[in-house]
Amino acid sequence: MVIALAEVSKSFGAVRALREVSLTLTAGRAHALLGENGAGKSTLIKVLAGVHRPDSGQLLLDGAPARFASPADAKAAGVAVIYQEPTLFGDLSVAENVAMGRHPTRRGGMIDVAAMREQAEELFARLGVDIDPRRPARGLSIADQQLVEIAKALGSDARVIIMDEPTAALSGTEVRRLFGVVGALREHGAAVLFVSHRIDEVFELCQEATVLRDGGFVWSGPLHEQTPDSVVRLMVGRDLDALFPKQEVAAGETVLSVRRLTREGVFTDVSFDVKAGEILALAGLVGAGRSEIARAVFGVDKPDGGQVLVRGKRIRAGSPGAAMSAGIGFVPEDRRQQGLVLDASIERNAALASLNRLSRLGFVRSRDERSLARDWAVKLQLKFAHLTDPVAVLSGGNQQKVVLAKWLSRRPAVLIVDEPTRGIDVGTKAEVHRLLSELAAQGVAILMISSELPEVLGMADRVLVVREGRTVAELARAEADEERIVLAATGVAVA
Amino acid sequence: MSGTQDLALPERRRRAGGGMTAVRELGILIALAVVVGVTALVNPLFLSGQGIRDLLLNACLVALLTVGQTMVVITRNVDLSVGSVLGFSAFLTGDTFSVDPALAIVVGIGVGALCGLLNGALVAAGKVPSLVVTLGTLYVIRGLDYAWAQGRQINAANLPDGFLALGSAGVLGVPYLVIITVIVLAVAALHLSSYRSGRELYAIGSNPEAAVLVGIPVGRRVFTAFLVSGAVAGLAGVLWAARYGTVDATAGTGLELQVVSAVVVGGVAIFGGSGTVVGAALGALLLTTIGSALEVLHITAFWQQAITGALLLAAIALDRAVALRQAAALRRQSRGVSA
Repeated sequence: MVIALAEVSKSFGAVRALREVSLTLTAGRAHALLGENGAGKSTLIKVLAGVHRPDSGQLLLDGAPARFASPADAKAAGVAVIYQEPTLFGDLSVAENVAMGRHPTRRGGMIDVAAMREQAEELFARLGVDIDPRRPARGLSIADQQLVEIAKALGSDARVIIMDEPTAALSGTEVRRLFGVVGALREHGAAVLFVSHRIDEVFELCQEATVLRDGGFVWSGPLHEQTPDSVVRLMVGRDLDALFPKQEVAAGETVLSVRRLTREGVFTDVSFDVKAGEILALAGLVGAGRSEIARAVFGVDKPDGGQVLVRGKRIRAGSPGAAMSAGIGFVPEDRRQQGLVLDASIERNAALASLNRLSRLGFVRSRDERSLARDWAVKLQLKFAHLTDPVAVLSGGNQQKVVLAKWLSRRPAVLIVDEPTRGIDVGTKAEVHRLLSELAAQGVAILMISSELPEVLGMADRVLVVREGRTVAELARAEADEERIVLAATGVAVA
Repeated sequence: MSGTQDLALPERRRRAGGGMTAVRELGILIALAVVVGVTALVNPLFLSGQGIRDLLLNACLVALLTVGQTMVVITRNVDLSVGSVLGFSAFLTGDTFSVDPALAIVVGIGVGALCGLLNGALVAAGKVPSLVVTLGTLYVIRGLDYAWAQGRQINAANLPDGFLALGSAGVLGVPYLVIITVIVLAVAALHLSSYRSGRELYAIGSNPEAAVLVGIPVGRRVFTAFLVSGAVAGLAGVLWAARYGTVDATAGTGLELQVVSAVVVGGVAIFGGSGTVVGAALGALLLTTIGSALEVLHITAFWQQAITGALLLAAIALDRAVALRQAAALRRQSRGVSA
């Protein structure tokens, strides 16, 4: 045993992210951490990385209780983490990104620039990739950023290597190389924790696994006791239909049309239609460009080419105001940063997109503001103490309802929702799904982005798969299944 | 992906830490040559030995302050208290001189370090934005300065000649003030470019969250940057007293904005992560030179401020344009090849 967690719990406000989870990593073995999005995998990783301190339970290092006060402590103990979202320094060179925190130095403490570059070159050679160590990290493609992250972790001579979805953005050959390197590390006695949604990869690479569901511990043991099917059952563990109360709606006329929308280097030639009453899902890997497409449709980012039409009328590019006037609403991916003013009250937030309608001579009538907020709080079954409370005190699910209220009060013709249930507990998730389904039934055209395949499959009438900024497949509800979507999204065959 | 090879920046530019700093330094030197050239054409006295000496001496105090400021700005912070720190240090130096000359210098630098310590502690440990903290200490320290001075003024007559020589005399015609500035500059430049703790300042400014994740002691580094900025401002205070001989409680008022301007003109990104002390010092030299040139050309002081401001805006506009072009080019290239 190298590192272990014993009955560790961690809560964020009202959300219990981890409940008495145990995990043991052994030298020379690769351990898979499995679970759906929101199961607590990232929180667990951050506990091992020293980012979060557990509320209860113990961290054991070589069998002895230990405490990581910071990521620096975890690093010193030999834990290296490859995060799902790259954490690079854009201003610095690639070589320096790889070396940061442990630059090679000459006598006297001066950084040995040549050695630093050689180190990076050597690591890239091991990974079989061709990235110039001298170029700045800014502007690297997602796949290249991920490879730099991997080189960073490999270079630190860690005893414990944690990989959070390292293959999500990589091509087939790069994945093969990475697996070769992981195998070599294991032989040298490193313990590996591997997180991936690609079950075939897990069975290929790992000897043991731990399954989490909704923050709780489900199963742990040698992988040869399981089959891919049985593992997926452990991960899901509930009836999918109950969670996605999708109503059958006859689609109406086309409301939103996107024509050859292009933003150079981000996405290319994206075209699709969304009809009234229809839910169109954009599926794909993190970094494929889905959120960027949504942002361009709503006018947050200005596209380089193409157009967006609502009911046949072209809307001005790069203007959220024009998009709103045309009847588009946008629930962004990051509700805390982009969807809400956290310190402002529930009623202020709910009314934020309707201020034009609520004001007279430029003054916002606070009585109308309040009645608007109260109406929607009742309709959306918002759980709150006072409408004047800051939004920050609400749970994630209720915060999302406030964002929805903000847009729904404008009676949008098109609603774009980006990861509508990220970080929301299961109960509220089902409510958000019911809401979206009802909206569609009322004739709203919905464009949904989701990284959770069950959500995509449960909610969408049609699925559009995006890979590396291009739409690569369109699947009707009847023909969409997990395998087809993953196949199209990765370009890699699943077993 | 094979196309990334084409994106390699020239060696010269890469070593400078940011992408385009060396280019920026060249640009400043050209601007400097133009200003000096035009002014000398109109008034040849501008290039006399005494003229150049005065110019350098004036630029040195600002350049010295940009060294500390650069370290702070690189970490995505700002130190607005440097003008007040300089003033307070200069006055205390003048006052303690009668007791012991060596002590006076220690007191000046020490008081600066103490102020930097306060700023650093509030920013790093208190997690208060540096703009607010140092705006507060700007007024607090200036207030202390006034309270201590009680309307008094220190005159050159109160200071021994040996001390005043610091500000005027020199070795082989190079004033001590210039030598001290160059030494401080060189040490800081070496530290920022070639030592771990220096490179980590860039990492912090470039991506603070990622800096925590790779185990950089972010709080300690930011604290140290403020400590250095304070100590350097203290040293600048000592040299201010030596250079001008006359010190009252208003010494150095408003200097902080000149320093921040010089840093930005010198190519240090105001949101951290890139820039060099040499660039910032050149920025200080350019701004001071323009000031002197306008005087020589008999253009009123009002224009001087307007021109400084215009230069600042031009520098920022240039940065923005270059950054956008670079980003677009990199985007195009990394996708174009892998897709």
